[in-house]
Amino acid sequence: MNGLPSRRQALALIAAGALPRLASAQPTQPAPLRVVASFSLLADMVAVVGGDAVTVHALVGPDADAHAFTPAPADAQRLAQAELIVVNGLGFEGWIDRLVRASGSKAPVLVASQGITVRHVGKVVDPHAWQSLVAAQHYVDNIRAALVAILAIRQPAQAAAINVRAAAYTRQLAALDTSVRARLASIPAGQRKLVTSHDAFGYLADVWGLDMRAAQGWTSAGEASAADVARLIRQLRAQRVRALFVENISDPRLVQRIAHEAGATLGGTLYSDALSPPGGRADSYLKLMAHNADTLLAALQPER
Amino acid sequence: MSLPAMLQAALIQPFVEFGFMRRALVACLALGLSCGPVGTLLVLRRMSLAGDAMAHALLPGAAVAFLLVGLSLPAMSLGAFIAALAVAALAGGVARFTAQREDASLAGFYLIALAAGVMLISLRGNSVDLMRVLFGSILAVDDAALLLVAGVSSASLVVLALVWRPLLVECFDPGFLRAVGGRGALHHQLFLVLLVANLVAGFQALGTLMAVGLLMLPAIAARCWAHSVARLSLVACAIATACGYGGLLLSYHWGLPSGPAIVLLAGVVYLVSLCVGSRDSLRARYFPNHRHRAA
Repeated sequence: MNGLPSRRQALALIAAGALPRLASAQPTQPAPLRVVASFSLLADMVAVVGGDAVTVHALVGPDADAHAFTPAPADAQRLAQAELIVVNGLGFEGWIDRLVRASGSKAPVLVASQGITVRHVGKVVDPHAWQSLVAAQHYVDNIRAALVAILAIRQPAQAAAINVRAAAYTRQLAALDTSVRARLASIPAGQRKLVTSHDAFGYLADVWGLDMRAAQGWTSAGEASAADVARLIRQLRAQRVRALFVENISDPRLVQRIAHEAGATLGGTLYSDALSPPGGRADSYLKLMAHNADTLLAALQPER
Repeated sequence: MSLPAMLQAALIQPFVEFGFMRRALVACLALGLSCGPVGTLLVLRRMSLAGDAMAHALLPGAAVAFLLVGLSLPAMSLGAFIAALAVAALAGGVARFTAQREDASLAGFYLIALAAGVMLISLRGNSVDLMRVLFGSILAVDDAALLLVAGVSSASLVVLALVWRPLLVECFDPGFLRAVGGRGALHHQLFLVLLVANLVAGFQALGTLMAVGLLMLPAIAARCWAHSVARLSLVACAIATACGYGGLLLSYHWGLPSGPAIVLLAGVVYLVSLCVGSRDSLRARYFPNHRHRAA
């Protein structure tokens, strides 16, 4: 039931990858623009929009947690050689400013999240905006604008191709968003109750109208207290929440314990801050969002 | 609400209502039982810091096991156990075959092990999985971890009961033990195995750093209350288990992270004991023994 959209997206991605090859069949071919992105999701967006006009490196790679990143000297070196640095902003990469300064990099720093509607948890800004496909379209446009600004004079043909790719990519994001909303519409609002092990899905829950609670605090740095766990189990029992989710980078044992004790089932793995390694179920941003949506929808289906 | 009902709600009800609290409590009690005597012996043998060193020496073993087979309790426990024993054996061997002191070579090897562990973790890229495991979570204790903790605790108590006397003699008068034909080195090795086993059990529940806390703090605090080795062990057991129970309640009622709550409570007990304990405490020094005057 959910194979179709992702296959269509995969085809579209291949087409997007083939486009720049046609466009760049020119006699002179300057070296691609060196871009460093702070984490794997952003790097994927830059790679899709930039095509063969850019080479992208992600400081925090697939399946790794940007909250707990320790930079290596090679990272500083990559930043020093970069011509554009793309970060999420909203306080997600607390370490990036110091690292950029330490590397002596002169490259412009693009905050990909600029212009989105910011969500707050208490008084703190929630940085996980890419979990909203609506915000992601802002990300893509910001990346497009930054790449075009640099390449417009140097490689006007590439800049034009980037505009084409960004438009196609934005259409894919919007199409996925629309299809998820349509599938969600069949589920009554009162039954869209989910719990995750890490509160990274606030934007996703807001955009798609889900009642999503977290098992732990808002960042993955803290250790859960017995009070948190007890409150969550009580809440799961009282509200009869059916599905509990683990994400790819948090302690699965605690989530299993809670699910077991509250009589809920584990809904599967949601990807929050990192792509899966290449060849995995979520090795691109679009596949990640499609996977998360499929997993959520499968868990929310009324009992047959 | 009447007082008994309030006490019931505060002290017992959390464990009645939630299975994870019961599991955490059982793990703490089991750890406390074996940590009492093992910690006491460590203090007596002037090896208080060796426990800490051995806990760090677990790191590369657990890391290698994690890299090879993933998040598997038996594999990581075994890896940690082997790595710590290897560090202990290397340090002991260097001390035996060269003029180097054992504590110096232990420091050398555990630092190598620590650095190797951190290196392995960083190379893998994803530090979070491993850090969560290394810092443990007493709230996530599953059946396998509970069996490990209880098994290690039971085995430790049995082995300690069997070699208790030679171990003590080796602490106080190694020359005498040799003279009567006891094998001091063997008992020392056995004790190190017990120590490492307890640390491995503790690190699954509390993490490497916190496990040492439950091992050492009660044993050091007990020195302020008791003199004979048997009483030291009993008092240390009592403090360790009480801190496990109390720390879990603090974590439950005040929303504190549970591992640090347990160890900090043990730290408070130690500081209070240091001030008002009946022996070797500030009170004993500056307000000496009114019992004698009364008698």
